[in-house]
Amino acid sequence: MPALDSVVIASGLSTFVQTLTKSIALGCIYAMLGLSFVLIFKGTQVLNFAAGAISMAGALFMSIMIADAGWPFLPWSNPFAPDGGRASIPLWILHLMFALILAALMGMIIERLAIRPMVGQPLFAMAVVTLGLEIAIRPFNLDASAGQARSIGVPWGNGTWTADWLDGAVIPKSYLAAIIAASIAFAAVYFFYRSRFGVAMRAVAFDQEAAMAQGINVGRVFSVAWALGAALAVLAAIFFAMTPWPPNGAVSLEIHPIWVFRVLPVIILGGLDSVVGAVYGGLIIASFEIFAGQYLSQWTSILGPGYSTIVPYLAMLGVLLVKPYGLFGTAEIRRV
Amino acid sequence: MAFGRPLLRTSYEEDAAILPTAFQKAGVGFLILSLCLMALDAPIFGAIPRYFLGNTWLVPVGITLCFAIGALGINILVGVTGQVSLGHAFFMGTGAYTAVMLGGNLGDQESWKACVPFHDNLGLLERQGECGLGLPIWIWLPAAGLVAALIGIIVSPAAVKVRGLYLAIVTVGLVFIGLHLGRMLPEWAGDFESGRRWPKLDIRLWKEETPLIEMSEDGKWFGLINLTEEQKQFFFLLAIVIVMTLLAKNLVRSRTGRALQAIRDRDVAAEVMGVPEFKYKRLGFAISSFYAGIAGALFASFTGRVSPIDFGLLLSVDFIAILLIGGAGTIAGTLLGTVFVELLPNVVERLTEWLADQISTGGVTGTIADFLLTTGAAGDFGPISIAPTAPGWPMSVFFWNLVIYGVLIVVFLIFEPLGLFGIWIKFRNYWKGWPFSY
Repeated sequence: MPALDSVVIASGLSTFVQTLTKSIALGCIYAMLGLSFVLIFKGTQVLNFAAGAISMAGALFMSIMIADAGWPFLPWSNPFAPDGGRASIPLWILHLMFALILAALMGMIIERLAIRPMVGQPLFAMAVVTLGLEIAIRPFNLDASAGQARSIGVPWGNGTWTADWLDGAVIPKSYLAAIIAASIAFAAVYFFYRSRFGVAMRAVAFDQEAAMAQGINVGRVFSVAWALGAALAVLAAIFFAMTPWPPNGAVSLEIHPIWVFRVLPVIILGGLDSVVGAVYGGLIIASFEIFAGQYLSQWTSILGPGYSTIVPYLAMLGVLLVKPYGLFGTAEIRRV
Repeated sequence: MAFGRPLLRTSYEEDAAILPTAFQKAGVGFLILSLCLMALDAPIFGAIPRYFLGNTWLVPVGITLCFAIGALGINILVGVTGQVSLGHAFFMGTGAYTAVMLGGNLGDQESWKACVPFHDNLGLLERQGECGLGLPIWIWLPAAGLVAALIGIIVSPAAVKVRGLYLAIVTVGLVFIGLHLGRMLPEWAGDFESGRRWPKLDIRLWKEETPLIEMSEDGKWFGLINLTEEQKQFFFLLAIVIVMTLLAKNLVRSRTGRALQAIRDRDVAAEVMGVPEFKYKRLGFAISSFYAGIAGALFASFTGRVSPIDFGLLLSVDFIAILLIGGAGTIAGTLLGTVFVELLPNVVERLTEWLADQISTGGVTGTIADFLLTTGAAGDFGPISIAPTAPGWPMSVFFWNLVIYGVLIVVFLIFEPLGLFGIWIKFRNYWKGWPFSY
């Protein structure tokens, strides 16, 4: 992962403001992805290691629809596609919706084929199934991207605002976009959890058999959990792709398959089964990563290039030593 | 022992024997013999097409032997102790880099300063990937295992504190920290992408010119038989694998092994019965890391050139796949799984080559080949491209191998959680009870 230092540094205050907005934006992206992990884990007790492949596939759907003016898997052309690959904002959001729907479908198919038959197996066996899926889907992603970074046609591109009253701090528009997207996603999940179906989902997360005995369709809850999880992972991947550091507005095969693993510290910090934990975890881990990347950069020769990417893991190790189930996770009750 | 009644045991020694039945003794003997004959390219294998047997297989089989050692290690940690770890690649890397630090060649002693880590002009070194002490194998090979075991012991307190999926994720973190170390220390690790050269598998007493037992050149061995470099290394690796397998088997049937298994089955219950949990989990980590270190050192030396990227998360996943496909907790299953996982890509590749040659011959194989393969000619269809000029559909064999590998992990977990070993047990029980179904 290349260093995240492409934003110009002007002075102490503007550096701080830029670092702060960067860490909040990255935190929101991490939180979206963390939420994807948490929803799937709460719903189906599966730690979804396939999130990398799923999110990259969804971002590629977006790229195929916008940049190639086609449909994924289908031979027809896309009549909604913008000319020249740069969409207006409503059109881009329309395509984002298409991509999220496709991702949700993909999540449901994966759940039905690979996860449903594993119900009742040990947690680790189910996690390894998703690792197998990650390995199996990744070649198709690499193949579809044809060895290049592919544009997702961000309408605001690399546009920035300059805040004069903050010592000329430069704030990219994509940060605000990520923050808005994360807010909408969290509001949606919040209200969804309070709906009738959301209550059913929480009941399943609490005890699958008891929920089934109450007449809840557990299979449908599984489907919806995976659909939501996959869509959130893709949402995070798309907003990660447009950040002003590499991959810089494109789906990148160097970065997208790997960056998902940087979110593991987020869900560990927040707790595997805590929605609120995903938010706090995302913001905390991202600020560790970005602030360390910014303010320790004079020691790069000792810490090594790209050291900021392992700061989350170090933070995770530290937290786990103190709180083995994260900040908000439910402790497992150990019995003989 | 009563022949023909394999389940009749008349003493504890018989019950705990490494190979309790005559069939198993004969089977293992036959396996080792046929491996040796295969490596020597014995004439009895002459009828098998060259695609499927012959000297070109020695490199993949040698790598499989190295991986077998690592797989025995992860079996001790995951299969026997029940601690799920995705950090095996990190410990393999630790062993490999210990080996190269001790055994690698330093051109001249004056420029030693450039080899000291954490100096200023990082990444822009003349001596990138050349540093090493040039010590002989009998120092670096055990040291690789011991250093990895030491790191395992250092990590184990964190690993004892967390359990289950949390432990798996923590060990994923280890792999990424290891990759970062590889990127940080180019004077030792070489270029991050292309890596550096490893010391040869020669046995020397000290740094003398002519090795005691040389394994890095074609030619006469001990003045007896003409062997190629790969053949010599193959026999060396096979000997180490046999020793390590015996050690692992003995560990499992000893007091320590029983303690580890008690912790796997229920750690709280084990502790209640007087098995110190922390001590044995630490021991499990140490032994598993020792195996991983040895495996990493041998793998890197056998391959000759390795980069930090090779010790990424995918390698850890390889080991978990080996365990799940072979059958966790059993030595035989572990070895079976290693052979299956490591040689399958080669088999698929050779099969594709063989099919590609059959296209022109016609007949059934020709039709199958025509259906599956794409040569790049216009109007030709088929999912596998044998002339991968550009990425894109149809995919190359390399990508298909990854897909097959991933799907196999899923399929085995869904349909046969006990792995190949479970299939073997079912098969054996069927014939034992035949013609009755119970």
